[in-house]
Amino acid sequence: MTDKNNSIEKLAGQEYQYGFITSIEEEKVPKGLNEKIVRLISEKKNEPAWLLEWRLKAFRHWLTMKEPTWANVHYPKINYQDAYYYSAPKMKKKPKSLDEIDPEIRATYEKLGIPLKEQEILLGVEGADPAAGAPPNVAVDAVFDSVSVATTYKAKLRERGIIFCSFSDAVQEHPDLVRRYVGSVVPYTDNFFATLNSAVFTDGSFCFIPKGVKCPMELSTYFRINAKETGQFERTLIVAEEGASVSYLEGCTAPMRDENQLHAAVVELVALENATIKYSTVQNWYPGDKNGKGGIYNFVTKRGHCKGANSRITWTQVETGSAITWKYPSCILQGDNSIGEFYSVAVANNYQQADTGTKMIHLGKNTRSTIISKGISAGHGQNTYRGAVKILQRAEGARNYSQCDSLLLGDQCGAHTFPYLDVQNPTAQVEHEASTSKIGEDQLFYCKQRGLSTEDAVNMIVNGFCKQVFKELPMEFAVEAQKLMNVSLEGSVG
Amino acid sequence: MLEIKNLHATAGDKPVLQGLSLTVKAGEVVAIMGPNGSGKSTLAHVLSGRDGFKVTDGSVVYKGKDLLAMSPEDRAREGVFLAFQYPVEIPGVGNTYFLKNALNAIRKHRGQAELDAHEFLKLIKEKAKLVQISENLLSRPVNEGFSGGEKKRNEILQMAVLEPALAILDETDSGLDIDALRTVSDGVNSLRSKDRAMIVITHYQRLLSYIVPDKVHVLLGGKIVKSGGKELALELEQKGYAGFEAA
Repeated sequence: MTDKNNSIEKLAGQEYQYGFITSIEEEKVPKGLNEKIVRLISEKKNEPAWLLEWRLKAFRHWLTMKEPTWANVHYPKINYQDAYYYSAPKMKKKPKSLDEIDPEIRATYEKLGIPLKEQEILLGVEGADPAAGAPPNVAVDAVFDSVSVATTYKAKLRERGIIFCSFSDAVQEHPDLVRRYVGSVVPYTDNFFATLNSAVFTDGSFCFIPKGVKCPMELSTYFRINAKETGQFERTLIVAEEGASVSYLEGCTAPMRDENQLHAAVVELVALENATIKYSTVQNWYPGDKNGKGGIYNFVTKRGHCKGANSRITWTQVETGSAITWKYPSCILQGDNSIGEFYSVAVANNYQQADTGTKMIHLGKNTRSTIISKGISAGHGQNTYRGAVKILQRAEGARNYSQCDSLLLGDQCGAHTFPYLDVQNPTAQVEHEASTSKIGEDQLFYCKQRGLSTEDAVNMIVNGFCKQVFKELPMEFAVEAQKLMNVSLEGSVG
Repeated sequence: MLEIKNLHATAGDKPVLQGLSLTVKAGEVVAIMGPNGSGKSTLAHVLSGRDGFKVTDGSVVYKGKDLLAMSPEDRAREGVFLAFQYPVEIPGVGNTYFLKNALNAIRKHRGQAELDAHEFLKLIKEKAKLVQISENLLSRPVNEGFSGGEKKRNEILQMAVLEPALAILDETDSGLDIDALRTVSDGVNSLRSKDRAMIVITHYQRLLSYIVPDKVHVLLGGKIVKSGGKELALELEQKGYAGFEAA
């Protein structure tokens, strides 16, 4: 017993690994939120008039909106005037060689555990082909506070007609594409946080996979919040044309700070006929300390539009970080036979609160959706699954399968499930399964009787519980997610 | 190997073991027989260190050490193995993966090198053959969707891989049909050795025709009321436990 307690104490004492702060000179706009700030951001980014107009419309609309209160999360009122809406590391211009990249930023990525070789890839040094001939498998767009600091493999991807760049670059270089698709899935009037984002978004990633092209490597964006009292508002737009396919990964970390920081992102996916988009997230924002102090407020709108027939969008998310998570990656299944999938693992430990799930909106005939949600609650964590399945009248033969499982570690935490169903077509088939279980004393004892420590046993049981979701992640990410899960739950079973 | 003296233990608040004493030597197979509620399973749980059972008096010395002072995982690492009456399902965790981690935790404790995936696979295939368990069970999640017989055979497979010094078989015969009983017993018999002690806990004599014990102890009201050779099991079968109430 003593052995057990000691190791739990030791493990519980471990800190959030990515909580360091990079000291770097930053360029900020003044604190606060008003039309002038919106104009200033747009000006800094040298945006065309139509985009500024769009931002302003969003901002004016936002002023008429109320912050939603329906989610099962509780937090003090956010003062939107008390934050910086733009903060960027000072850079002369885009670095051409490794030496030109700010050493502090370079060190940051090193500390985040990206190996030196990959770091060269990550920092996008022209001509530094890192693995000497070996095909790279991940291209990275690195977003540091409000701006993208580097995007790798741009040129290589361009050879195949793929556009992968920061959102800001896309606005400059491919304004027509951006204009055609931005706001087409999540309009600027969509919801309080998405509207705020539309007004003040600063950067993000843009991917365009042309007709018939299968993207030869994983694309990814690594989001890092560094600056104090700064919100991060990024916008990602992925378009896969007819028959195209792409797998995209997203990772996020932030320093440990006592105050809460706001992250309100928008992600839009568009899949045309026969296109496939796989979007995976490992969200590891700073969750706050053991007593619930600090942490990121993560209010995110993610939506995919299966526009063409036989298209497919898969959301896979592993949500271990943030003090508050509010996010519902959804699919609008418009094309006939299109497929929407949502695989989620959400962890709420200590005082974390997660309200997450999905919306599957079936418009087309024979559209199919699958929802697999695994919620894990520990400490005083509160975990809510909220999902809607809507089958509209003309969605002949639509099918949905939903499975929501909750695992409780300890008896101070909570799990909640709110499934909403709206079926307007009699030929539709909808199945919903739900379970809630406490991590079994029986399972723990069984593992210990075979020689495993409590920590190993909990990790094993939890990872087994999440297996259905982890297997949807790209290989490297699955390993990462599994490790992350172990760290997030350390010391939660005593 | 194992010396239990005057053991008193409660399950919850209820006193169950009331002065049990028992000695088991290396190489011995000892049967503990008793009716429902006599304390058989409590004994298995107390020896393996399960929560919810409290020792109020007495001592258990295993290989010269105070067994009751050890955590459940340390007991396992020191060679105490419990074949569960109701093996537990662990969804999503592969049987092979589970067992490899268990074996390596034990090897680490003993200062032995951990086995890599390749070495382990070779070992587990060999052991699967020995206890006649089909290889497809190896890749499935631990006990998930296994039949009653498969679960019990899986326990024996784990025992074969972990090679305990002291194996406690808690009602391994419960829920088995005659064919499964034979396979499981063959597996157990193949693991008998002069260095290994086994405690076979059962309600019925039936199992003991397959796993023939060196000694039989009758457990009633939380104590051993009679001890003898294998013929004692037959006597019990004829007289029933009622015949021992008075003793």
